This record gives sequence, structure tokens and C-alpha cells, in this order.
Amino acid sequence: MIALFVNGQVHQVDVDPDTPLLYVLRNELALNGAKFGCGLGQCGACTVLLDGKPVFSCLVPVAALGNRKVRTLEGLASPDGSPGVLSVAFEAEQAAQCGYCIAGMIVRAQALLERNNRPTEDEVRAHLAPNLCRCGTHMRILRAVRRAAEMMGGGVRAVAEQKP
Amino acid sequence: MGGTRLATGIALGCAALLALAFAFAWHPAIEPIAPSSVGPFDRALVADGENLARLGNCAGCHTEDPARPLAGGRPLATPFGTVFATNITPDAETGIGAWPRSAFDRAMRRGIARSGAHLYPAFPYDHFTHASEGQLQALYAWLMTRPPIPGRAPATRLDGVFSFRPLVAAWKLLHLDEGPLPIDPAQSPEWNRGRALAEGLAHCGGCHTPRNSLGAEDKARAYDGAMVEGWYAPPLNARSPAVRPWTVDRLHAYLRTGLSPAHAAAAGPMGGVTRALSEVREDDVHAIAVYFAALMSQAPAARHDDPEPMDRQAVAQQAHPEAATLFAGACAVCHEPGAPMMQQGRPPLAWGTPLQADNAHDTVRIIMKGLASPAGPTGPAMPAFADVLDDRQLGELTAYLRTRFTDKSPWPDIGDAVAQARAGEAK
Repeated sequence: MIALFVNGQVHQVDVDPDTPLLYVLRNELALNGAKFGCGLGQCGACTVLLDGKPVFSCLVPVAALGNRKVRTLEGLASPDGSPGVLSVAFEAEQAAQCGYCIAGMIVRAQALLERNNRPTEDEVRAHLAPNLCRCGTHMRILRAVRRAAEMMGGGVRAVAEQKP
Repeated sequence: MGGTRLATGIALGCAALLALAFAFAWHPAIEPIAPSSVGPFDRALVADGENLARLGNCAGCHTEDPARPLAGGRPLATPFGTVFATNITPDAETGIGAWPRSAFDRAMRRGIARSGAHLYPAFPYDHFTHASEGQLQALYAWLMTRPPIPGRAPATRLDGVFSFRPLVAAWKLLHLDEGPLPIDPAQSPEWNRGRALAEGLAHCGGCHTPRNSLGAEDKARAYDGAMVEGWYAPPLNARSPAVRPWTVDRLHAYLRTGLSPAHAAAAGPMGGVTRALSEVREDDVHAIAVYFAALMSQAPAARHDDPEPMDRQAVAQQAHPEAATLFAGACAVCHEPGAPMMQQGRPPLAWGTPLQADNAHDTVRIIMKGLASPAGPTGPAMPAFADVLDDRQLGELTAYLRTRFTDKSPWPDIGDAVAQARAGEAK
């Protein structure tokens, strides 16, 4: 049995230690927010947070986790179960078309805004670059991230402030 | 008295030496010009200059912000302190817009700014001095026709005595061999052309040749391999650790596309170099390939046929069982024999130089930072694992790869390589 810390809870799972985290989340824990896209760390649909950093869960063997904390899309909801800030912003901007990439987009954006809720537009774009969207709703996704930053008391700046 | 005479003699001697040193170290400013007074330039000449600027990868150091090309500001860490690349756009105030051709040539050939100040050899004029008259003319034409972008790079202040620029004159006396290289009649015209480009504007030795205590390339160990910005630039001579020979065609493909299907993809700073070379004229890149294939023709790999890829899976599994599990879960979908990526002609790990080199730096950094897609072929990029694996896991995985895909002795310094890469990451 392997112990996993996911969304604030400890789970005991009986899987091979080289099993990718994504398979355990979906097949053992019924956390289906993270999606299987390419399985090669190229698309970002499987993005989850590992100690606050976005990682491709399709390439994280559970043996690598140790005591580190995993957060998935489900874990970003408010304590009362209502959707988290980013989910609300993505819905308000209607940022999903087919929706397959959106869980990964939200989770990756969460990592940035938790660290810095006043990023520049360039920082947002560079940060989201590893996650692909084949429908082409990038402009709406960017709008949703800007909205979320404002909801979190910050905002996305057009350009970096000049250093003195 | 004898003592007084001796003291006077010493004082006079010192004064004479100082005067000599001053005469040697001091160079006059060259009168500024109005940027509008240069040109117009022939379009073919400007195109030649653009080709040479890519070959020399000027932007690699002089572009910090892609939106402000050539406007400088990129820091280069050296053992003597941090050097900031300057603005080389034709802005009159902060760039080189006021530089006449003579000032440009003096900077490229002798490392002296228009003001007369000595430039630090982080600007590789020890190579650029070998550029031909025609190359300097073309580069000047290209630079002076770029959009001027105002902006002063942070001032370079080196540590201690190295902040005193006239000392650079003494460095040049020891290490600057001015002017184009003589033709070697024993070699082909293409080899000579490749050498002129590689030793000149392309300044390959700047990364691949180890440096002495004064930061100058150690010519006795030319292309022996060296550390640069945390990466190991591998040997490009008879000491090349490659397991398969670097032929002209393979080098040409590698330099041009960033991937040699017989070896590996370009990593670290070489990724940017191959991206720049992918737009350089074919025959220039081919000549450079001819030159380095000759330099590596006595390397161990050149003495036998291409080996099959080494794969000691059972030995590695036994030596590093935890890493074998990590490899199966994180790496195997791309790198296991038979994986889809391998079916697309990507080389097995056993053929790459990083695992064959005599230190672990490049392997550790590639795992941590990943690799961008090569410039040429489309296909997967290598994702970064810095946030997936902890330091111990990184070290174990690195040791596993070395054991499984080579028959060389284990690296003793893996822990240091991981610690250095983490420290570099935090900056």
C-alpha cells in the first residue's frame, strides 16, 4: 500500500509504485478533474499541483511523491464545496469550448496567482504556455485569468513596472 | 650616496615602466558620428551581415528581452564578477549609433570601445579579431540598419582589482592574437573556411575550451570541454566521449536542426546556438561541420563502427532499484526502447554525449529543466522534472541512467551537480 496526500486527505492505494499519479487519481480516487491527454507531458491536460508547483501528473510515478502534497482541480473548491475563484472566473468568461484542457489550465493558473496575483500579461502567457488548447479559446482563458486575478485582490498588468 | 642613487634609479625605472604601460594601455576616443551619416548600405551586404550575426549568435548575449533585440542587459556570470552585455543597436546615446566603422573594427579586432576604454574579454574579441575585412564590413552594415533602441545596460563592476579596466591591456598582451588566421595549405579550402568561421565569429572555443586563471582560453587544451553557465560544453577534439563518430553529415544535421539522430538533441546554451545556426547559410554550417569532424577524427568513436545502443537494464535495476521505478513511471513512455518517440527516429539515451561525459552536469540539468523542441524536426519536447523529483531522486535517477546506458564508471560528483543546478534554479 502507498499513502498519498491528496486535497488535504491521506489515501492508501494498492498500486505498483511506478504507476503515474494521474491513473491513481482517476481510477483509484475517482478524482476525474485531471484528464489524460497525451500521456507524454506535452499537453498539460493532466496538470496538478505538487507542493504548490504545477506538474504533469501523467509523468509523476507515485513512488516519487513521498510526503508531498497533491492538489487537483477538486481541491481548489471552497471549503463549503462551492467552486474556487478560478472556476468561477472561467465560467463567467465562458472560457471552455470542449473543456478538455480547462482543468489543467485552471490548476496551472492557480499556481501562478497563489504566488503572485499581480502578474504581467507576459508572465501569464509564459506561465500557461506548457498547456495546450486545441479548440482555440486562448483569448477567453486569458480573460478568465485576468478576472480571477482581480477577484483575488490583484490584477494582470499590461507591462512590467520599470525598475528604478 | 649609493643608496640614494639606487633609490633614484628605481624611481626612474618605475616611472619609465608606468609611462610605457600608460602608452600601451591608453587609447584615444574616436570622434562620434551622426547615425544618419552612415549608409545607405547595399542590401546584399546587409543580408551577409545578418547571416554572420546569426552565425556569431550576437543575440545570445546582447538580447535580454526579445522585444528589445540587441539592446543588451543580459548578465554573464564570470569568476571575476558579472558582466552585462551592452546595447549594440544603433542608438546614438546608449548603443553604437555614434560609432564610425573604424571604432567598430577596433572593438571587434582589439577590444577597445569608441571611448577608448578597454572592453572585457567576455566580449569574445579574441575570436572576432580573426574576422575578415569583408565580414566586419557586412556586420557593421547589418548592425547600423537595425532599429535603434534606447536603453543602457546595467554597468559592469567586476570584483576587486578586475574593476580596473586598463589591466585588460596586460591581458591582451598575453592572450590576444590579432588578425585573421593564415590559410593552412595542407587542408582543403572548405576546412580552412570552416576554421575561419569557427575560430572567428562563431567563437566555438568560447564555451568548449577551458579557461586559465585569467579567464583566457587555454590554447594548449583547445576544445577539451569546459563548464559554461552551469552546463558542460563537451570536448570537440580527440577527447570527444561520443560513442558514435561525429561525421560531417551528422554534425551538419546537428548544427542545422538541433538534433543528430545518431547522437542526441542540443541541450542548454547549445539549443540557442543551433536555433541561430538553423537560419545560417547552408554552406557556412557545412564548412564548420567539416572543420569539427576533422578535429574529432581521432576520437575513440571514430576507430570503430557504430555500436548498438548499450542497455544494461538488469545491472542498473539491481544497482538502483528505486530509480528503476522512477524511470518506469516518468521516463519510459518516451525513452524505453520501442516507445512511440523512439519509433519516430529519436536517438536512444545511450548515444547522447551527456551520459558519456566525465561529469553529470548536463544529465542532471536536462532532467531538471527539460529540453525545448529542436529547431528542425517537429516532435516532442522534453518536459522539466525539477518540481517532480527531489534532490535524492534526481541523483539516483542520474546514477541509474549512467549505469544502464553506458559501461563507464559511476560519476562521483552527482550530488554536487544536483546542488549546483538547484542553486542556479533559485536565482
